[in-house]
Amino acid sequence: MVLLSILSIPFIAAILLLFVKHDEKANYVAIAASGITMALSLNIACNGAANFDTSWMLSLNARFTLTADGLSKILMLLTCISFPAIFIASAKNEIKNRNQFLSLMLFTQTGLLGVFLAGDALLFYFFWELALIPVYFLCSIWGGEKRVAVTFKFFIYTFLGSLFMLIGIILVYTHTADQSFAIQSFKQATLTFGQQLTAFALFFTAFAIKMPIFPLHTWQPDAYEQSPTPVTMVLSAVMVKMGIYGVIRWLMPLFPAAFSAHSNFVVILSVIGILYASFIAIRQDDMKRLIAYSSIAHIGLMSAALFANNEIGTQGVLIQLFSHGVNVLGLWIIADIIEQQTGTRSLKEMGGLAKQNPTLGILLVGFAFANIALPLTNAFVGEFLMFNSLFQFNPWIAAAAGVSVVLAAIYTLNMVQKCAYGEVSEKMNKMQAPNVPAQFVLIVLFIVVILSGVYPAPLFDLTADTLQQLFIK
Amino acid sequence: MNAIIASALLGVLMMFASWIFDNEKTHTRIALVGLLALIVANVLQLNGIYSIPLDTKGMLSFTQFGLYVNTIIFILTFLYVWLNGDEIAKIGNHAADFYALFFFILCGASILTSFNNLLMLFIGIEILSIPLYILTGSDKKNLNSNEAALKYFLMGSFSTGIFLLGITFIYGATGTFQITSPVLNPATGMVREQLMQSAGLILIFVSFNFKVSAAPFHFWTPDVYDGAPTVFTSFMATIVKATAIIAFVVLFHSQFKALGYAWELLLTFVLIATLFVGNITAVFQRSVKRMLAYSSIAQVGFMLFALYGATSFATEGILLYIMSYSLASIGLFGVLIKMKEYSFEAFNGLAKKEPLLAGMTTVFLLSLAGIPLTGGFFAKYYMLNAAVQSGTGLWLVVVAILFAAVSVYYYFKLIQAMYFAEGEPAIYEVAQGYKYKLLVFAVLILGLGILPNVFLSYLYF
Repeated sequence: MVLLSILSIPFIAAILLLFVKHDEKANYVAIAASGITMALSLNIACNGAANFDTSWMLSLNARFTLTADGLSKILMLLTCISFPAIFIASAKNEIKNRNQFLSLMLFTQTGLLGVFLAGDALLFYFFWELALIPVYFLCSIWGGEKRVAVTFKFFIYTFLGSLFMLIGIILVYTHTADQSFAIQSFKQATLTFGQQLTAFALFFTAFAIKMPIFPLHTWQPDAYEQSPTPVTMVLSAVMVKMGIYGVIRWLMPLFPAAFSAHSNFVVILSVIGILYASFIAIRQDDMKRLIAYSSIAHIGLMSAALFANNEIGTQGVLIQLFSHGVNVLGLWIIADIIEQQTGTRSLKEMGGLAKQNPTLGILLVGFAFANIALPLTNAFVGEFLMFNSLFQFNPWIAAAAGVSVVLAAIYTLNMVQKCAYGEVSEKMNKMQAPNVPAQFVLIVLFIVVILSGVYPAPLFDLTADTLQQLFIK
Repeated sequence: MNAIIASALLGVLMMFASWIFDNEKTHTRIALVGLLALIVANVLQLNGIYSIPLDTKGMLSFTQFGLYVNTIIFILTFLYVWLNGDEIAKIGNHAADFYALFFFILCGASILTSFNNLLMLFIGIEILSIPLYILTGSDKKNLNSNEAALKYFLMGSFSTGIFLLGITFIYGATGTFQITSPVLNPATGMVREQLMQSAGLILIFVSFNFKVSAAPFHFWTPDVYDGAPTVFTSFMATIVKATAIIAFVVLFHSQFKALGYAWELLLTFVLIATLFVGNITAVFQRSVKRMLAYSSIAQVGFMLFALYGATSFATEGILLYIMSYSLASIGLFGVLIKMKEYSFEAFNGLAKKEPLLAGMTTVFLLSLAGIPLTGGFFAKYYMLNAAVQSGTGLWLVVVAILFAAVSVYYYFKLIQAMYFAEGEPAIYEVAQGYKYKLLVFAVLILGLGILPNVFLSYLYF
């Protein structure tokens, strides 16, 4: 029942918000709804198992099943923490028709939570698509100059991918013993190696587009740049995790043979993607694009570690799912504050942030360190494990991926240097009084970064059951 | 039987209504009451309470499926007339005449859902088609309408000829018109008769493709749909097309399934061609009405998937498909009628001026595109499932979804115009009541998308 309420609270609030025309009240409603969901999700994360199951479509034998194992919980937690953080951080932004904006955001949250909690393939697909529709409208209405074309590209890309997945789902469904969409039946489906390969390809296309894996990534930097920053936060902190979630939830247990047959291929693609994105990130002047490419590189590392197909790597990815979300959220919030107050995203026009607003400067440095996975930060734990697994997989590939650490240091520190230090630039002079709620959120997130970097044990405990299911039969 | 007799009688009654009553509003009301009576008559037979006893010597057979399709078609027609009554009255002199034609079309439709004999099939198709030629040309002073009617009539008659030839061949080979009698088996039959039978079946196949406007027999569709008054396009593109598709599926799921070797390769070709022509051409349309005409061709491509497998997925799926497709299209045409011009630009800024109308249009478009939460999703889902289950190449399904992605392009072009483009929409004043009527369509589509069970469970009781 708790799971159902986690899903329905944002949904009901989203409908309610359509009728709250007053900006400030709309903010309160959104923050309250997402805050309650956060409390509930923390409760579930601490208190162990939760399930919800009811009949949905009889003739298809699809059920409305929600389950929360370690993998679901960690992503549910990330989603439920991100949304209130985003709402508070962007409370002062100027947004036209704020109530509609917040309403669509909450619809997105419902969709995302549904994806992470669904225990039924058809339900999973249902939410997978539903999460996309509100984002389409959010980006196309409130985005930057080229928003309509860019968002459309993003939409068509992901829509096509998910249609492929739908065929994959049908294919596996026809081979289940009891003609059911439940994940347990899917796991027991009898597929020949050839069928596994086909189904793997169909599912993988959807996930690869969503993550994205090189060369299917072209929609992402544009979409991140053109979306309004609160939506970019959702996209890069939570939504890209859908792809990785899909791989762990469906690809690994359902098609083990096809999975290991493809691991070389995908790992190499991922490493190419990491290096490619890192090199482009170095050349970026636009802060949003820089963070976008850096995010592609990080996700690439996660997919490489996943497809290395060993326990350490998967453990690392499970931790990193959460850590990357928190870190990138912090970076986006800082970028958003700077853009809102100075009106620029170009690094050339920045400088002297540390003088103008020391707190923000320190936070920027802190999150930058987390972005390059320095020890003591949360990202270190995950990346260490992931590199370890890549080394086990193939030392040469690990070495190639390892270059990305150096590259990450180059572009991230370069960004910090240009933004925080040096003379106070003309634009930076416009920085006004600190944005208190946003900085509060940043400080809380930063505490999470350090805490889970120093003491990651709770995160390991949380995901232990998923790992056990995947690797110990 | 009830539906066939009742609809024919109601058609005659409607003709006299224009003689007795002068008020067009009254005509609409009589038509609505008539449709209700028709639904009741059909439901009586569906539930086995009463049906007019008449021996058809096995030429007609009333199955649960056929009667349920009747109910759906009658309800759709009811909703259609309820929504468009005022618009129908604006065309021509006597609305009652058009309603009479509608009832005759429904009579043809009822025969098409219950035929057991190729001759009955032929009669049903003719009863269905002839009123359509008149409806197309009903805007007498409009040259486009006249041209469309003539074109439709000539092409339609030609395809009828082909249909008859096909029946003749089959009769010659097997000596019977019944579709339930066994076909000539390739293992036992004689070669010449077999060839004749296959040739006859292919001719019928071609003629049916013409009726449902599948490529490469689709050329009449855009012109006819564009030239006919928009209200009647709405009727032709949805309810009539749905009936033809059902008859198509029933015929090829019968004994002729065994002759799959003769027509399944052709079907694959027609299916791909239809998806290709419908979707790709729709992308380049500048008029929303023409775009909808091509999109209706593209949708037929998906419906044809039902021909592959004779599974419960195929039959349930085609029902869901015609329901969601018809509801969405009638709704969209309902919005289109209120536009001063049919270009995409005319919709610019509609979301600001008419948020409710724009929202409902979005639901209709999302349903046509097959996005979850709308009926269109499950419709497409069932179709793909039927194809995968029947074991026909997975590649065909992949091709189909590639085109489904293309279709998103042109449906979303309209959404983009409504929501993201600035401008003054070229729309007439829309009465509040009309919007609420459209809302019923949108709610039904969402209902189909969330709980399709409710609509399908009827099939099994």
